[in-house]
Amino acid sequence: MATLKLEIVTPEAKVYSADVDMVTLPGVEGEMGIFPMHIPLMTQITHGEIIARKGGEEFPLAVGEGFVQVTGDRVAVLTDMAIKADDIDEQKAEEARKRAEARLAEKLTEEEHASVQAALLHSLTQLNVKRRRRQ
Amino acid sequence: MPSTRDIRRRIKSVKNTAQITKAMQMVASAKMRKAQQAALAGRPYATLMNEVLAAATAGAGEFTHPLTEHRPLRKRAVILISSDKGLCGALNTNLLREAVKFDKDTTVFVCAGRKGSQWAARLKRELAAEFTYKDIPAFAEARAISKFAQELFTSGKADQVDVLFTNFINTLTQKPEVRTLLPGRITALDAEISGKGEAKDLGQAAQEYLFEPAPAQLLGTLLPHYLNYQVFQFLLEAKASEQSARMVAMKNATDNAKQLIKDLTLEYNKLRQANITKELLEITSAAMAMG
Repeated sequence: MATLKLEIVTPEAKVYSADVDMVTLPGVEGEMGIFPMHIPLMTQITHGEIIARKGGEEFPLAVGEGFVQVTGDRVAVLTDMAIKADDIDEQKAEEARKRAEARLAEKLTEEEHASVQAALLHSLTQLNVKRRRRQ
Repeated sequence: MPSTRDIRRRIKSVKNTAQITKAMQMVASAKMRKAQQAALAGRPYATLMNEVLAAATAGAGEFTHPLTEHRPLRKRAVILISSDKGLCGALNTNLLREAVKFDKDTTVFVCAGRKGSQWAARLKRELAAEFTYKDIPAFAEARAISKFAQELFTSGKADQVDVLFTNFINTLTQKPEVRTLLPGRITALDAEISGKGEAKDLGQAAQEYLFEPAPAQLLGTLLPHYLNYQVFQFLLEAKASEQSARMVAMKNATDNAKQLIKDLTLEYNKLRQANITKELLEITSAAMAMG
Protein backbone atom coordinates (compact mmCIF):
# COMPACT_ATOMS: atom_id res chain seq x y z
CA MET A 1 0.00 0.00 0.00
CA ALA A 2 1.18 3.47 -0.83
CA THR A 3 2.28 5.65 2.03
CA LEU A 4 2.54 9.35 2.63
CA LYS A 5 5.65 11.06 3.87
CA LEU A 6 4.53 13.41 6.61
CA GLU A 7 6.90 16.23 7.46
CA ILE A 8 6.17 18.84 10.09
CA VAL A 9 8.61 21.74 10.30
CA THR A 10 8.78 24.81 12.50
CA PRO A 11 11.36 27.61 12.29
CA GLU A 12 13.17 26.01 15.19
CA ALA A 13 13.29 22.38 14.15
CA LYS A 14 11.93 19.55 12.07
CA VAL A 15 9.45 18.12 14.54
CA TYR A 16 8.15 15.08 12.74
CA SER A 17 9.17 13.11 9.72
CA ALA A 18 7.82 9.64 8.99
CA ASP A 19 5.92 7.51 6.49
CA VAL A 20 2.26 7.25 7.41
CA ASP A 21 -0.94 5.80 5.94
CA MET A 22 -3.15 8.80 6.45
CA VAL A 23 -3.12 12.28 7.94
CA THR A 24 -5.91 14.36 9.44
CA LEU A 25 -5.38 18.11 9.33
CA PRO A 26 -7.19 20.96 11.12
CA GLY A 27 -7.88 23.00 7.98
CA VAL A 28 -9.27 26.53 8.18
CA GLU A 29 -12.39 25.37 6.43
CA GLY A 30 -12.84 22.26 8.49
CA GLU A 31 -10.98 19.10 9.23
CA MET A 32 -9.59 17.20 6.30
CA GLY A 33 -8.15 13.77 5.83
CA ILE A 34 -5.35 13.20 3.36
CA PHE A 35 -4.70 9.80 1.86
CA PRO A 36 -1.84 8.80 -0.44
CA MET A 37 -2.23 9.84 -4.08
CA HIS A 38 -4.06 13.00 -3.13
CA ILE A 39 -3.93 15.64 -5.84
CA PRO A 40 -1.43 18.46 -5.23
CA LEU A 41 -2.94 20.85 -2.72
CA MET A 42 -1.92 23.98 -0.87
CA THR A 43 -3.92 24.79 2.18
CA GLN A 44 -3.95 26.61 5.43
CA ILE A 45 -4.37 25.10 8.87
CA THR A 46 -5.32 26.56 12.18
CA HIS A 47 -4.64 25.76 15.84
CA GLY A 48 -5.58 22.16 16.40
CA GLU A 49 -4.58 18.58 16.13
CA ILE A 50 -2.82 16.69 13.40
CA ILE A 51 -3.35 12.95 13.54
CA ALA A 52 -1.01 10.68 11.66
CA ARG A 53 -2.23 7.10 11.20
CA LYS A 54 0.19 4.32 10.62
CA GLY A 55 -0.69 0.61 10.71
CA GLY A 56 -3.76 1.14 12.88
CA GLU A 57 -1.88 3.32 15.33
CA GLU A 58 -2.51 7.01 15.83
CA PHE A 59 0.11 9.67 16.40
CA PRO A 60 -1.47 12.94 17.47
CA LEU A 61 0.35 16.28 17.47
CA ALA A 62 -0.70 19.73 18.61
CA VAL A 63 0.02 22.40 16.01
CA GLY A 64 -0.32 26.14 15.65
CA GLU A 65 -1.34 28.15 12.60
CA GLY A 66 0.37 27.20 9.41
CA PHE A 67 0.35 25.96 5.87
CA VAL A 68 0.32 22.57 4.24
CA GLN A 69 1.67 21.44 0.95
CA VAL A 70 0.29 18.16 -0.27
CA THR A 71 1.69 16.24 -3.21
CA GLY A 72 0.83 12.67 -4.15
CA ASP A 73 3.30 11.09 -1.79
CA ARG A 74 4.18 13.85 0.65
CA VAL A 75 2.45 16.09 3.17
CA ALA A 76 4.59 18.98 4.32
CA VAL A 77 3.32 21.07 7.21
CA LEU A 78 4.72 24.51 7.89
CA THR A 79 3.75 25.84 11.29
CA ASP A 80 4.75 28.05 14.20
CA MET A 81 4.41 25.36 16.78
CA ALA A 82 4.19 21.58 16.75
CA ILE A 83 4.42 19.25 19.72
CA LYS A 84 3.85 15.53 19.85
CA ALA A 85 0.97 14.66 22.15
CA ASP A 86 3.22 12.41 24.22
CA ASP A 87 5.62 15.29 24.77
CA ILE A 88 2.99 17.69 26.00
CA ASP A 89 3.46 18.42 29.63
CA GLU A 90 -0.08 18.99 30.80
CA GLN A 91 0.89 20.69 34.00
CA LYS A 92 3.20 23.06 32.20
CA ALA A 93 0.61 23.85 29.55
CA GLU A 94 -1.99 24.44 32.22
CA GLU A 95 0.35 26.78 34.06
CA ALA A 96 1.10 28.60 30.83
CA ARG A 97 -2.62 28.95 30.20
CA LYS A 98 -3.25 30.39 33.65
CA ARG A 99 -0.32 32.74 33.31
CA ALA A 100 -1.54 33.96 29.93
CA GLU A 101 -5.07 34.44 31.20
CA ALA A 102 -3.85 36.37 34.20
CA ARG A 103 -1.76 38.55 31.95
CA LEU A 104 -4.73 39.20 29.68
CA ALA A 105 -6.66 40.47 32.67
CA GLU A 106 -3.98 43.09 33.28
CA LYS A 107 -3.70 46.27 31.35
CA LEU A 108 -1.54 45.56 28.37
CA THR A 109 -0.31 47.48 25.41
CA GLU A 110 -1.47 46.23 22.07
CA GLU A 111 1.66 44.34 21.15
CA GLU A 112 1.79 42.62 24.51
CA HIS A 113 -1.83 41.67 24.19
CA ALA A 114 -1.22 40.03 20.84
CA SER A 115 1.71 37.96 22.01
CA VAL A 116 -0.06 36.84 25.18
CA GLN A 117 -3.10 35.89 23.15
CA ALA A 118 -0.93 33.78 20.91
CA ALA A 119 0.70 32.11 23.90
CA LEU A 120 -2.72 31.37 25.32
CA LEU A 121 -3.87 29.77 22.09
CA HIS A 122 -0.76 27.62 22.02
CA SER A 123 -1.26 26.30 25.51
CA LEU A 124 -4.99 25.76 24.96
CA THR A 125 -4.31 23.74 21.84
CA GLN A 126 -1.86 21.58 23.71
CA LEU A 127 -4.29 21.01 26.55
CA ASN A 128 -7.12 20.11 24.21
CA VAL A 129 -5.08 17.55 22.36
CA LYS A 130 -3.82 16.01 25.57
CA ARG A 131 -7.22 15.80 27.21
CA ARG A 132 -8.91 14.31 24.18
CA ARG A 133 -6.30 11.57 24.11
CA ARG A 134 -7.12 10.52 27.61
CA GLN A 135 -10.79 9.88 27.03
CA MET B 1 60.28 52.25 41.11
CA PRO B 2 57.75 49.63 42.16
CA SER B 3 58.78 47.06 44.70
CA THR B 4 58.84 43.36 43.89
CA ARG B 5 55.71 42.93 45.94
CA ASP B 6 53.83 45.49 43.85
CA ILE B 7 54.77 43.72 40.65
CA ARG B 8 53.81 40.35 42.07
CA ARG B 9 50.44 41.73 43.01
CA ARG B 10 49.90 43.12 39.52
CA ILE B 11 50.85 39.85 37.88
CA LYS B 12 48.29 38.09 40.01
CA SER B 13 45.51 40.50 39.11
CA VAL B 14 46.31 40.35 35.39
CA LYS B 15 46.29 36.57 35.61
CA ASN B 16 42.82 36.66 37.10
CA THR B 17 41.59 38.95 34.33
CA ALA B 18 43.06 36.64 31.71
CA GLN B 19 41.24 33.72 33.27
CA ILE B 20 37.93 35.54 33.09
CA THR B 21 38.36 36.70 29.51
CA LYS B 22 39.42 33.21 28.50
CA ALA B 23 36.26 31.76 30.02
CA MET B 24 34.11 34.38 28.29
CA GLN B 25 35.78 33.55 25.00
CA MET B 26 34.90 29.88 25.36
CA VAL B 27 31.33 30.64 26.32
CA ALA B 28 30.92 33.00 23.37
CA SER B 29 32.25 30.47 20.89
CA ALA B 30 29.88 27.81 22.18
CA LYS B 31 26.96 30.20 21.91
CA MET B 32 27.94 31.25 18.42
CA ARG B 33 27.90 27.64 17.32
CA LYS B 34 24.43 27.30 18.84
CA ALA B 35 23.13 30.31 16.94
CA GLN B 36 24.47 28.88 13.71
CA GLN B 37 22.88 25.55 14.46
CA ALA B 38 19.57 27.24 15.16
CA ALA B 39 19.74 28.82 11.72
CA LEU B 40 20.44 25.45 10.17
CA ALA B 41 17.55 23.86 12.07
CA GLY B 42 15.24 26.35 10.37
CA ARG B 43 16.38 25.37 6.91
CA PRO B 44 13.63 22.82 6.15
CA TYR B 45 11.11 25.48 7.15
CA ALA B 46 12.64 28.02 4.79
CA THR B 47 12.78 25.55 1.92
CA LEU B 48 9.16 24.61 2.40
CA MET B 49 8.10 28.22 2.83
CA ASN B 50 9.82 28.98 -0.46
CA GLU B 51 7.93 26.22 -2.21
CA VAL B 52 4.59 27.34 -0.85
CA LEU B 53 5.37 30.96 -1.71
CA ALA B 54 6.46 30.09 -5.22
CA ALA B 55 3.33 28.07 -5.86
CA ALA B 56 1.05 30.68 -4.31
CA THR B 57 2.58 33.62 -6.17
CA ALA B 58 2.38 31.66 -9.42
CA GLY B 59 -1.26 30.91 -8.72
CA ALA B 60 -2.27 34.31 -7.38
CA GLY B 61 -1.24 36.40 -10.35
CA GLU B 62 -1.46 40.13 -9.65
CA PHE B 63 -1.24 40.40 -5.89
CA THR B 64 -1.88 43.31 -3.60
CA HIS B 65 -1.97 43.25 0.15
CA PRO B 66 -1.95 46.00 2.80
CA LEU B 67 1.56 44.88 3.73
CA THR B 68 2.96 45.34 0.23
CA GLU B 69 1.55 48.81 -0.32
CA HIS B 70 4.07 51.44 -1.38
CA ARG B 71 3.45 54.87 0.11
CA PRO B 72 5.40 58.12 -0.02
CA LEU B 73 7.94 58.00 2.77
CA ARG B 74 7.03 60.38 5.54
CA LYS B 75 7.72 58.31 8.60
CA ARG B 76 10.18 55.50 8.81
CA ALA B 77 10.39 52.83 11.49
CA VAL B 78 13.70 51.15 12.14
CA ILE B 79 14.00 47.88 13.99
CA LEU B 80 17.35 48.17 15.71
CA ILE B 81 18.76 44.80 16.66
CA SER B 82 21.65 45.26 19.07
CA SER B 83 23.11 43.17 21.85
CA ASP B 84 22.11 43.23 25.50
CA LYS B 85 25.62 43.22 26.87
CA GLY B 86 28.84 44.91 26.01
CA LEU B 87 32.34 43.41 25.91
CA CYS B 88 31.98 42.55 22.27
CA GLY B 89 34.46 44.86 20.63
CA ALA B 90 33.26 47.47 18.19
CA LEU B 91 30.05 45.63 17.34
CA ASN B 92 27.54 48.02 18.86
CA THR B 93 29.61 51.11 18.05
CA ASN B 94 29.58 50.18 14.38
CA LEU B 95 25.90 49.38 14.48
CA LEU B 96 24.92 52.61 16.20
CA ARG B 97 27.06 54.64 13.83
CA GLU B 98 24.68 53.43 11.13
CA ALA B 99 21.68 54.19 13.33
CA VAL B 100 22.74 57.83 13.71
CA LYS B 101 22.43 58.27 9.94
CA PHE B 102 18.65 57.98 10.09
CA ASP B 103 16.88 61.30 10.18
CA LYS B 104 15.99 62.22 13.74
CA ASP B 105 12.56 63.71 13.06
CA THR B 106 11.10 61.18 10.68
CA THR B 107 12.36 57.98 12.24
CA VAL B 108 10.94 55.93 15.08
CA PHE B 109 13.01 53.16 16.55
CA VAL B 110 11.89 49.72 17.64
CA CYS B 111 14.68 48.27 19.68
CA ALA B 112 15.58 44.66 20.25
CA GLY B 113 18.42 44.40 22.70
CA ARG B 114 19.28 46.73 25.54
CA LYS B 115 22.23 48.57 23.99
CA GLY B 116 20.05 49.95 21.24
CA SER B 117 17.36 51.27 23.58
CA GLN B 118 19.98 52.85 25.84
CA TRP B 119 21.38 54.58 22.81
CA ALA B 120 17.95 55.79 21.70
CA ALA B 121 17.24 57.15 25.15
CA ARG B 122 20.60 58.89 25.37
CA LEU B 123 20.23 60.59 22.00
CA LYS B 124 16.54 61.33 22.60
CA ARG B 125 15.35 59.41 19.57
CA GLU B 126 11.74 58.43 19.27
CA LEU B 127 11.36 54.95 20.70
CA ALA B 128 8.20 53.06 19.77
CA ALA B 129 8.83 49.81 21.57
CA GLU B 130 11.48 47.78 23.23
CA PHE B 131 11.84 44.04 22.84
CA THR B 132 14.19 41.48 24.26
CA TYR B 133 15.55 38.30 22.81
CA LYS B 134 17.41 35.48 24.42
CA ASP B 135 20.80 33.98 23.69
CA ILE B 136 19.18 31.50 21.41
CA PRO B 137 16.41 33.57 19.85
CA ALA B 138 13.00 31.91 20.06
CA PHE B 139 10.61 32.20 17.16
CA ALA B 140 7.98 33.67 19.48
CA GLU B 141 10.28 36.62 20.18
CA ALA B 142 10.71 37.29 16.49
CA ARG B 143 6.97 37.00 15.99
CA ALA B 144 6.27 39.64 18.62
CA ILE B 145 8.64 42.10 16.94
CA SER B 146 7.34 41.36 13.49
CA LYS B 147 3.71 41.71 14.58
CA PHE B 148 4.43 45.08 16.11
CA ALA B 149 6.16 46.25 12.93
CA GLN B 150 3.26 45.10 10.81
CA GLU B 151 0.84 47.02 12.98
CA LEU B 152 2.94 50.16 12.71
CA PHE B 153 2.87 49.79 8.97
CA THR B 154 -0.78 48.98 8.47
CA SER B 155 -1.95 51.66 10.89
CA GLY B 156 -0.02 54.23 8.88
CA LYS B 157 2.29 55.17 11.74
CA ALA B 158 5.17 54.20 9.52
CA ASP B 159 5.41 54.16 5.74
CA GLN B 160 8.44 51.97 5.65
CA VAL B 161 9.97 49.55 8.12
CA ASP B 162 13.68 48.89 7.94
CA VAL B 163 15.77 46.53 9.96
CA LEU B 164 19.22 47.52 11.14
CA PHE B 165 21.22 44.55 12.34
CA THR B 166 24.73 43.16 12.26
CA ASN B 167 25.13 40.71 9.46
CA PHE B 168 27.29 37.70 10.18
CA ILE B 169 29.81 37.36 7.37
CA ASN B 170 32.32 35.17 9.14
CA THR B 171 33.81 34.81 12.58
CA LEU B 172 36.10 37.77 12.05
CA THR B 173 33.83 40.04 10.06
CA GLN B 174 30.41 41.35 10.95
CA LYS B 175 28.85 44.20 9.07
CA PRO B 176 25.97 46.44 10.14
CA GLU B 177 23.32 46.34 7.45
CA VAL B 178 19.95 47.87 6.69
CA ARG B 179 17.26 45.80 5.02
CA THR B 180 13.74 46.84 4.18
CA LEU B 181 11.10 44.67 5.82
CA LEU B 182 7.96 46.53 4.83
CA PRO B 183 6.47 47.17 2.32
CA GLY B 184 6.93 43.46 1.83
CA ARG B 185 8.68 42.09 -1.16
CA ILE B 186 8.59 38.37 -1.59
CA THR B 187 11.88 36.76 -2.38
CA ALA B 188 13.25 33.35 -1.65
CA LEU B 189 14.35 32.77 1.91
CA ASP B 190 17.80 31.66 2.73
CA ALA B 191 18.21 29.67 5.90
CA GLU B 192 21.92 29.98 6.24
CA ILE B 193 23.69 32.48 8.41
CA SER B 194 25.99 34.03 5.89
CA GLY B 195 27.05 37.26 4.32
CA LYS B 196 25.07 36.69 1.19
CA GLY B 197 23.27 39.82 0.13
CA GLU B 198 19.60 40.08 -0.68
CA ALA B 199 17.88 36.76 -1.20
CA LYS B 200 17.41 35.55 -4.72
CA ASP B 201 14.11 35.69 -6.54
CA LEU B 202 11.73 32.82 -6.36
CA GLY B 203 11.95 30.01 -8.85
CA GLN B 204 8.76 29.12 -10.60
CA ALA B 205 6.73 26.27 -9.20
CA ALA B 206 6.67 23.33 -11.53
CA GLN B 207 3.51 21.75 -10.21
CA GLU B 208 -0.10 22.77 -10.56
CA TYR B 209 -1.73 22.99 -7.18
CA LEU B 210 -5.23 23.03 -5.93
CA PHE B 211 -5.73 25.88 -3.49
CA GLU B 212 -7.94 26.01 -0.50
CA PRO B 213 -8.63 28.88 0.20
CA ALA B 214 -7.88 30.77 -3.03
CA PRO B 215 -4.20 31.51 -3.81
CA ALA B 216 -4.50 35.25 -3.19
CA GLN B 217 -6.08 34.70 0.19
CA LEU B 218 -3.55 32.06 1.08
CA LEU B 219 -0.74 34.38 0.08
CA GLY B 220 -2.30 37.09 2.21
CA THR B 221 -2.10 34.95 5.32
CA LEU B 222 1.24 33.56 4.34
CA LEU B 223 2.85 36.97 4.08
CA PRO B 224 2.85 37.76 7.83
CA HIS B 225 4.39 34.35 8.51
CA TYR B 226 6.99 35.05 5.90
CA LEU B 227 7.84 38.35 7.57
CA ASN B 228 7.99 36.69 11.00
CA TYR B 229 10.49 34.24 9.68
CA GLN B 230 12.56 37.01 8.15
CA VAL B 231 12.74 38.81 11.48
CA PHE B 232 13.72 35.52 13.10
CA GLN B 233 16.57 35.23 10.61
CA PHE B 234 17.72 38.74 11.44
CA LEU B 235 17.74 37.94 15.14
CA LEU B 236 19.81 34.83 14.55
CA GLU B 237 22.28 36.74 12.40
CA ALA B 238 22.59 39.45 15.00
CA LYS B 239 23.12 36.92 17.77
CA ALA B 240 25.76 35.01 15.85
CA SER B 241 27.52 38.30 15.09
CA GLU B 242 27.42 39.35 18.71
CA GLN B 243 28.84 36.09 19.96
CA SER B 244 31.60 35.93 17.40
CA ALA B 245 32.51 39.57 18.01
CA ARG B 246 32.68 38.82 21.70
CA MET B 247 34.73 35.75 21.08
CA VAL B 248 37.30 37.71 19.07
CA ALA B 249 37.35 40.60 21.53
CA MET B 250 37.88 38.24 24.41
CA LYS B 251 40.58 36.36 22.58
CA ASN B 252 42.44 39.63 22.04
CA ALA B 253 41.99 40.52 25.68
CA THR B 254 43.39 37.15 26.76
CA ASP B 255 46.36 37.51 24.42
CA ASN B 256 47.08 41.00 25.68
CA ALA B 257 46.87 39.85 29.28
CA LYS B 258 49.29 37.01 28.56
CA GLN B 259 51.75 39.42 26.96
CA LEU B 260 51.44 41.73 29.93
CA ILE B 261 52.11 38.87 32.32
CA LYS B 262 55.24 38.02 30.35
CA ASP B 263 56.51 41.60 30.44
CA LEU B 264 55.75 41.95 34.12
CA THR B 265 57.45 38.67 34.96
CA LEU B 266 60.57 39.83 33.16
CA GLU B 267 60.55 43.10 35.05
CA TYR B 268 59.96 41.26 38.30
CA ASN B 269 62.92 38.97 37.77
CA LYS B 270 65.16 41.87 36.82
CA LEU B 271 64.18 43.70 39.94
CA ARG B 272 64.65 40.64 42.08
CA GLN B 273 68.16 40.09 40.74
CA ALA B 274 69.02 43.74 41.19
CA ASN B 275 67.94 43.46 44.81
CA ILE B 276 70.07 40.37 45.39
CA THR B 277 73.09 42.03 43.79
CA LYS B 278 72.56 45.08 45.94
CA GLU B 279 72.34 43.03 49.10
CA LEU B 280 75.47 41.08 48.21
CA LEU B 281 77.32 44.32 47.60
CA GLU B 282 76.21 45.64 50.95
CA ILE B 283 77.30 42.49 52.75
CA THR B 284 80.72 42.33 51.09
CA SER B 285 81.41 46.03 51.51
CA ALA B 286 80.38 45.78 55.17
CA ALA B 287 82.69 42.77 55.64
CA MET B 288 85.52 44.67 53.99
CA ALA B 289 84.97 47.69 56.21
CA MET B 290 85.01 45.48 59.30
CA GLY B 291 88.12 43.63 58.23
